[in-house]
Amino acid sequence: MKTSCGLAALLRKELTIYFASPIFYLTGFFFLVLAGYFFYANTVYYGIVSLQAAQQASDPQVAAQLNPTMMVFRPLFAVLAIILLFLVPLLTMRLLAEEKRSGTAELLFTYPLSDWFIILGKFGAALLVFLIFLAFTVSYSIALGFMTRLDWGALSAGYLGLTLLGAAFLALGLFASSLTENQIIAGVVAFALLLLFWIIGWVQELGAGPLGLAVQYLSLLEHYENFTKGVVTTRDLVYWGSFIFFFLFLTKRQLESRHWRA
Amino acid sequence: MEMMIEVQDLTKYYGPLLAVNRINFEVAAGEIVGFLGPNGAGKTSTLKILAGFLPPTSGIARINGYDCVRQSLEGRRSLGYLPENVAIYPDLTVGQFLKFAAQAKGVEAKDQTGEIRRVIAACGLEEMNGKLVKALSKGFRQRLGLAQALLHQPPVLILDEPTIGLDPSQIVEIRSLIKNLEGSHTVILSTHILPEVSQLCHRVIIINRGQIVASDTPENLARQMGRGAISVTVKGPEAQVTAALQRLPGVGRVESCGEGRFLVEGGNGLDLRPELARLLVQQGFDLLELKTQEFTLEDVFLNLVTEEETEAES
Repeated sequence: MKTSCGLAALLRKELTIYFASPIFYLTGFFFLVLAGYFFYANTVYYGIVSLQAAQQASDPQVAAQLNPTMMVFRPLFAVLAIILLFLVPLLTMRLLAEEKRSGTAELLFTYPLSDWFIILGKFGAALLVFLIFLAFTVSYSIALGFMTRLDWGALSAGYLGLTLLGAAFLALGLFASSLTENQIIAGVVAFALLLLFWIIGWVQELGAGPLGLAVQYLSLLEHYENFTKGVVTTRDLVYWGSFIFFFLFLTKRQLESRHWRA
Repeated sequence: MEMMIEVQDLTKYYGPLLAVNRINFEVAAGEIVGFLGPNGAGKTSTLKILAGFLPPTSGIARINGYDCVRQSLEGRRSLGYLPENVAIYPDLTVGQFLKFAAQAKGVEAKDQTGEIRRVIAACGLEEMNGKLVKALSKGFRQRLGLAQALLHQPPVLILDEPTIGLDPSQIVEIRSLIKNLEGSHTVILSTHILPEVSQLCHRVIIINRGQIVASDTPENLARQMGRGAISVTVKGPEAQVTAALQRLPGVGRVESCGEGRFLVEGGNGLDLRPELARLLVQQGFDLLELKTQEFTLEDVFLNLVTEEETEAES
């Protein structure tokens, strides 16, 4: 098929550019260093607490919390989400801003490629890069799996949550990159928006009124936590799906505006 | 005849600045048209609109029958475009970029290798295939830009200053390449180099201050401007010769250019040469040279553009 060929070409081009840029290696390096450190620290802490619990015959409620999912992976997923808050803008800021600044957009936009292809090509490449980073962290759980019994179902839910969170961050970052020719501005806007969506859930003072509920529903944190506990709900899936689609759609609108913004 | 490029009342404003002012033209299939004008005349803006990269403020532009705004994607399928300042991903190699371009333009998988090889050979890029685009010199980058425009043999080619930055031998090669597209492709190219236009183009469109000031074959333009002017070189006193020339019926204006050379303008397109020769000999002057005055495209261009400017000033 001619059309799918165009999408594959875009994906390959974006990946080639990622692999040629130091940003990819730097972000990958720091992501894995931090992820590795937190995994190690959590595991050691889990070991100490388990030992104490075994010695002191603690109450069953505490014992129920003493498993790798709750002690190692839940805090790990929480901290990885915060790391992504910083890393994703670095991965996405170049995507459209650099095309516009360097002028390569003039060729890209005059090729017979639909806007959706351009967006999906860029989004897909960024998502693949993120999944490559994530794949490295799977080795941690495999290593731990040799030493203790893991709840692989809960762990998969956690990874699904992290993938959806990453995809949503990337979609938002891509949108930020479509707004400007300046990579730095694109990065800052992406970071500011992500932070806003992150802390919006903190606004508990709004109470349980309709506004409070609405704001809480928008919060990223709210919909991520369930996954880290190993719980997958359609409510959360719908939230992440619409979050991703919404920002890809905004990016499409932004690209389209070049046809009428004279 | 089928019109591959149609432009109707095309207008482009950049904020308050009027770049293209209600221009109209058409390019027929197989034609090579030169787009000529001083800097800032609106050439590049027009070409960018045709390529579907910029939206027009008003008016219609069609490529191969497809509206550049509403049917942009279909229009772009028929198009090869070389932008004025061609920017290509610096982190890709020449081969990687051409493969991307071929796939993006929908060249069938089985034809890709052959098609890429064809444009590489046509643009003299054989030795650059594995090089990163950022390592290419300006001339090679320009050739790569041309190579990607030629991929998938589009029926319409829009070339914004195709020979800029090339060395003289390359210019000759690229010109013959463009010349070979004649008949099979419709080409619109903008340039500053006037001889290029006379060599390559069937038709010239001269644009100034956003408006078309002339559109004709290079020969016709030069002829129109000359209006049958004749250059004569005569040995004899200037005043007497001028007076004698002026007496001849059909002569409009006589201008002395010094060193015995006179420029005689005929009024009504008659060939005055035999009459002139007879008259001068009869009067006893020594006739040294007699020929129709050739005007080059430079003269036409400068004449039209400066005419416009003086009009605008007054």
